[in-house]
Amino acid sequence: MNITLNNNKEVIDADHLTVTELLKIKNFTFKLLIIKINGKVVSQPDYAHTSISEGDDVIVLHLISGG
Amino acid sequence: MDFNKIKSILSTKTVGIAGCGGLGSNCAVALARVSIGKLIICDFDSIEPGNLNRQYFFYNQLGMMKATALKENIQNINPRVDVEAHIIKLDPEHIIKIFAGCDVIVEAFDRADMKKMILETVLGKMPDKPIVSGMGIAGWGNSNEIRMTQSGNLYICGDGHSEATEDNPPLAPRVGMAANMQANTVLEIILGKN
Repeated sequence: MNITLNNNKEVIDADHLTVTELLKIKNFTFKLLIIKINGKVVSQPDYAHTSISEGDDVIVLHLISGG
Repeated sequence: MDFNKIKSILSTKTVGIAGCGGLGSNCAVALARVSIGKLIICDFDSIEPGNLNRQYFFYNQLGMMKATALKENIQNINPRVDVEAHIIKLDPEHIIKIFAGCDVIVEAFDRADMKKMILETVLGKMPDKPIVSGMGIAGWGNSNEIRMTQSGNLYICGDGHSEATEDNPPLAPRVGMAANMQANTVLEIILGKN
């Protein structure tokens, strides 16, 4: 399916995709992330059962210490 | 737009700042200098010697609560700024309550898990509120990597990867760049693009 990931067009080789699966496919192993799908934030407990669909705009943001 | 006009707009606005460390203290001072109307500043910690390498505090303020000391410093720079200082470890409930009346929220925490907590709270529970986050500010050099990226109401200032560690500490120049970029982004949200 075609999605936008962090403002880049991506083709993912899957028909059905959850957030957890996307993180695995794209090798996002960082512990602390913020995920937004079409502008809506998805919290961590919902990663496994939140689906990503064709054309979705997905933001995966790494949270980095320091301030 | 001349400075009087800029001041007249900014003086009606309130900015919430979560954390009064390197990002929060420097961002608050920049906003105070341009006459923001009100700052709501929150921090639970006190000033230690190691903070003075980047945070807007003075040697004679060691041991003071950061929120109290920052209020004092802001008022020494611009007494017209209304400063509401909270000595508090923010949680989702208090973020929603304390920052409800803010035009913009600045995320200025140190720890990544706290950044996650406030971003999920604001993006999830206060989706109309712009939030300006600092992310990736440790070390030195690589000035041009510090940038602002926007995704809806979420604005991120920093290089997006430089984590603060024992061997790559956050230092005044780069933290100050990101903090001032956060303040600059607040102006752009309030005043519009220049």
